[in-house]
Amino acid sequence: MVYYRLIDHTADFGLHIMGADPRDLFTKAGLAMFDVLTDVATLKGLDSQTIRIDGDGWPDLMVNWLRELLYLWAGEEKLVHSIHIEQINETAVAAQVAYDVFLPEHHRIKNEIKAVTYHQIQVKPVGSGWEARIIFDV
Amino acid sequence: MELIQIDAFRWELPRQGNMRVPGKIFASAAMLKGAQQSEPLKQVANVATLPGIVKASMAMPDMHWGYGFPIGGVAAFDWQEGIISPGGVGYDINCGVRLATSSLVENEVRPRLEELVNALYQYIPCGVGSTGSLKLSLKEEKKVLKEGSHWAVRHGYGEPSDIDHTEESGRMANADPDAVSQRALERGRKQIGTLGSGNHFLEVGVVEEIYYPEAAQALNLFEGQVTLMLHSGSRGFGYQVCDDSLALMNRSVKNLDFDLPDRQLACAPIQSTSGIQYYNAMACAANYAWANRQVLLHRSRQVFQKVFGISPRTLGMHLLYDVCHNIAKQEEHLIDGEKRLLCVHRKGATRAFGPGHPDLAESYRDLGQPILIPGDMGTASYVMVGTRQAMDETFGSTCHGAGRQLSRKAAKKASKGRALQRELSDKGIVVRWTGRATLAEEMPDAYKDISQVVAVVHGAGISKKVARLRPIGVVKG
Repeated sequence: MVYYRLIDHTADFGLHIMGADPRDLFTKAGLAMFDVLTDVATLKGLDSQTIRIDGDGWPDLMVNWLRELLYLWAGEEKLVHSIHIEQINETAVAAQVAYDVFLPEHHRIKNEIKAVTYHQIQVKPVGSGWEARIIFDV
Repeated sequence: MELIQIDAFRWELPRQGNMRVPGKIFASAAMLKGAQQSEPLKQVANVATLPGIVKASMAMPDMHWGYGFPIGGVAAFDWQEGIISPGGVGYDINCGVRLATSSLVENEVRPRLEELVNALYQYIPCGVGSTGSLKLSLKEEKKVLKEGSHWAVRHGYGEPSDIDHTEESGRMANADPDAVSQRALERGRKQIGTLGSGNHFLEVGVVEEIYYPEAAQALNLFEGQVTLMLHSGSRGFGYQVCDDSLALMNRSVKNLDFDLPDRQLACAPIQSTSGIQYYNAMACAANYAWANRQVLLHRSRQVFQKVFGISPRTLGMHLLYDVCHNIAKQEEHLIDGEKRLLCVHRKGATRAFGPGHPDLAESYRDLGQPILIPGDMGTASYVMVGTRQAMDETFGSTCHGAGRQLSRKAAKKASKGRALQRELSDKGIVVRWTGRATLAEEMPDAYKDISQVVAVVHGAGISKKVARLRPIGVVKG
């Protein structure tokens, strides 16, 4: 199970994620988003693809990373099952992403997430780990 | 933030810090109480720091927290020196409302209301990720983007007179499909003619009260009359256009010589390549939304005809008006006695052009532009008209709806143990919805009191009340 907490916001909602390091944090953020979207236990990860994204520092990279993952759903109807980050630094991330193509008779969509926003975005080291706060437009 | 009261409906947020102009808030004293107001006020101040802003950064009484710009925000920028900002329009570009009147009265509809609402629910695709029966080729989609409502009417979805009663005649001429990403095009192909989810709805209503009989007559509104209201936007297409532009402008904005107070306010000079590209892509999304609402209206007419077994002529379902409430537009306004070309951003705000404005359809030119203000699903919606005061004061703009006061989570919590459907049905309202949580998230208590919002814009004179509509049937995505 992915560890994350939902943040309450007047018109929308957010995710608060803790990770051991950036790799762990970005993996959990991606999986948490799909956990909100669908019932991930019903996914098998039958197909996979590589994703490469860049950004201008950790917060920008996080927004771009989640945007790219969200497009897999919103644009290509793919539901992400698992994420393996191959490389990550402050300006770029490369990952192998396993997904299932959405089938209305097999998969349930729990919530709609329409966009990842920069609003009050936080991605930073805290104590011995890392944390992120991301607000989504729903 | 300290506000200075101007009169019963107006407040000034004085210039401070990097603000180039003051803020101006339309609200009653009661609305400004509570901690909830500090975030949107800060956003009003942030908008006031953007280059080229004219007169004031404004907020309407339905103001609430948004991304970058507050929702209920109005800001105009000089067309030559100013900026354009996707955050000043919002993700759902040309989210808007249309209202159609009919020849039916409540007594005729009541006995078959449940059947009608069920048929609307079945025949109009709605809910999360809903796709329509129309799947467009890329070539055809680009025609939708260029032509808006005209595309829909040309393909038999509606009547030519619908176009006259749509803001901008349902088409922004600057739309350029080449300014749009492949991703946006892909997302747009399957969603024409779909309602969407969240706060989007289709509502069968009844004219409950008339406040301004001459205007009501000109708009063909009478007490007891059955109406149809649609609230939808540009679906995934508009979201993708906004998202693509925000990503792009977040990079380019660093080269400009001012401090951006919030990344969601990313913007570009209107006259720059990325400014023009956004304006032309946004126009595509606006046109997409108009075509979408046109198809939705056509389908709704068909459902009414089938359920009541009547001809289009007997049904007499005419489009009263279609307004957008998330848009940026080139408009000419008088500023200190001088005509100036501006880029007016309305985010959760409605155009409210006064009598005599040349952009209005001839049939409404003497009256002023009709304005449609939907409330929550259990209360009421209002029809208003624009005024000269709005032209002088707010770039011809007014409020757009009730405005949220509870978060979705708080609404769900507040709805625990309550039978919302039953409560609505006790009020004579039949509701159908798709999302598990939609009904709770969209419950009446989640919104501000629409009557108070309308009282402020009416009292301030920036629009004038014509009629109140009471919902009797609601379909929610």
